[in-house]
Amino acid sequence: MPKGAPPVLDVRSLSTVFHTRAGNVHAVNDVNFTLGAGELLGVVGESGSGKSVTMMSLIGLLPSPPAVVGPGEVIFGDRDLLKIDEKALREVRGGEIGFVFQDPMTSLNPVFTVGMQIAEPLRRHMGLSKKAAADRAVELLELVGIPDARRRLGDYPHQFSGGMRQRVMIAIALACDPKVLIADEPTTALDVTIQAQILELMQELREKLGMAVIWITHDLGVIAGIADRVMVMYGGQVVEHAPVHELFANPRHPYTQALLKTVPNVHGERAKRLTTIEGQPPILLAPPSACSFRDRCPHAWELCHRALPARFPLPGDHDAACFLCDPGLAPTSPEIQDA
Amino acid sequence: MLDAAAPAPATPAADGAPPLLDVRGLKMHFPIHSGLLRRQVGAVKAVDGVDFTIRPGETLGLVGESGCGKSTCGRAILRLYDITEGSIRIDGVEIGHLSQHALRKHRPTMQMVFQDPQASLNPRMNVSQIIREPLDEHTKLSSAEKDEKVLELMDAVGLNRAFARRFPHAFSGGQRQRIGIARALALNPKFIVCDEPIAALDVSIQAQVVNLLEDLQEQFGLTYLFISHDLSMVRHIATRVAVMYLGRIVELAPREALYAEPLHPYTQALLSAVPEPDPALARKVERVILKGDVPSPANPPKGCNFCTRCPKVMDICHEIDPMPRHLPGGRQVACHLYEDTKTTTDPTAAHKPGHSSAQQGVSP
Repeated sequence: MPKGAPPVLDVRSLSTVFHTRAGNVHAVNDVNFTLGAGELLGVVGESGSGKSVTMMSLIGLLPSPPAVVGPGEVIFGDRDLLKIDEKALREVRGGEIGFVFQDPMTSLNPVFTVGMQIAEPLRRHMGLSKKAAADRAVELLELVGIPDARRRLGDYPHQFSGGMRQRVMIAIALACDPKVLIADEPTTALDVTIQAQILELMQELREKLGMAVIWITHDLGVIAGIADRVMVMYGGQVVEHAPVHELFANPRHPYTQALLKTVPNVHGERAKRLTTIEGQPPILLAPPSACSFRDRCPHAWELCHRALPARFPLPGDHDAACFLCDPGLAPTSPEIQDA
Repeated sequence: MLDAAAPAPATPAADGAPPLLDVRGLKMHFPIHSGLLRRQVGAVKAVDGVDFTIRPGETLGLVGESGCGKSTCGRAILRLYDITEGSIRIDGVEIGHLSQHALRKHRPTMQMVFQDPQASLNPRMNVSQIIREPLDEHTKLSSAEKDEKVLELMDAVGLNRAFARRFPHAFSGGQRQRIGIARALALNPKFIVCDEPIAALDVSIQAQVVNLLEDLQEQFGLTYLFISHDLSMVRHIATRVAVMYLGRIVELAPREALYAEPLHPYTQALLSAVPEPDPALARKVERVILKGDVPSPANPPKGCNFCTRCPKVMDICHEIDPMPRHLPGGRQVACHLYEDTKTTTDPTAAHKPGHSSAQQGVSP
């Protein structure tokens, strides 16, 4: 993101709570991030880390009840998306902010043709005529690399393969020239060779259309290949954030460090034994009052059990929510050296 | 008791040892019926002529994309299907065409760990009952002995003994997979088919389960067929790796050789498509992006199965189906780009060099 340019999206202390019979689940806790124009922000985390819920919260995709989004601010352009009404939000959703979901089979409607599903946002948001929408749909299908696009407009989702369906989903998300595209594990359900096709397509489209992308995934390999900046989530919080090269070269949060070590690779060194992160992710029945990684952290000490670490800034546009990175504490902690 | 009954740990891929599993010409075709009389009009050739051996103590990784037939292959080997054609010898016994009744006697030797730990555990049975079920079926142990064995198995897979009366829903995905592994171990099997055992788990939990499988292999001298689409995890766990595409094994090689220098164009494409968790490397690797999708196994292309997507396709590929070529170093590859270096057609002889290099790969 060029310095000084205002971010496209600015999320400030966003929290989301689900009210359930088992108690209140604090799925997102005080999340802050910005997205620059044309930037690709990778969001990494395991299941239940709050990465999808964060993104769904900010464009009002969570059913309420049980979800309660807020407090917090989601500044998009000159508006706060959490303050505008449902009607205005609907204009933003699918218009200026596009969404691609994980499973292309369940997110496409099986009883409508692909053509109708691509035309829907065009007619709704851009007020195109039927004819113009169909023409634009053909253009979009060609853009995402579906051969024989005009004929395939009349096909139903089940007539497409998994990779092709995901291309259709991307075409729908791109229909109204969004400023921001949120992609929630868009390649997780796909095979690696098809995933490689989709990743290449996304890179091409970004260059061509210049939109900003939020890419949610649990696959560090995917992130390494495409992201500009990365945000690591754990227990509904952002635990580390850095430019992609910095994060992989110099991870500072013990969770990020452990996560990077658990993943085997195909080209580099082969580890004799995989490093594991013992224990289980936290259950978020209360807002965090201490570090959420403390029970699994090899460096945890007494302070981690009683105070919540802030995101301490580090050199190189980097920050980590860990007391090991607190400049005020550094001299007193012997663990700093091995972190 | 567990230890006493377990077979002595086998030296991995010892030279001269007969293979524990020997699969020859395995075919598993599922008929397609159509029309008023439900006549058979075709067949889905899920597994279409597969040969391989697995030595005692070895882990063979079986990789490929969805629909390539790798899971069907694993299930067919355990005779969870009635196979169409071929021979399966496990521990010296031909089980390819045994009746299900005759098979029961051999079931304790071979077990399976399934992909989805949620779906493969009965939600109405508690952990103790689940792990105990194979003991009830196949052994004449007293109730007290079975209880003791269940607890030992829970220790072996790292489950807290106090959870024996809990039901599967009370466990996380990784713990459920441990229950499935304990159940597979209950009868002291020699051979376990692991069918995508980590695919449904989070990365940090995947490593725990893979380490557990490795520990158990060492402790009980187990032999694994490890089916996965995760090439990086297979590189970690397997001794040798077989790559499947559309019902056939296109390449089979010792792990190091396969990852260092993949020979088949499909293996090359597959390996280059794996995202590398290193931004410097990831942006440097030259990717082979395959065009199009996998053809239907009901109607495979003429000639080589991969000819519709192969970046190095030649005229001959559209005409003649390449037979596996046996290359030095225990490698085999089914591709017209390579010449067979062996004059013999005996497939067991062709596998011989494989043990020595496989052994080099695992010995410290």
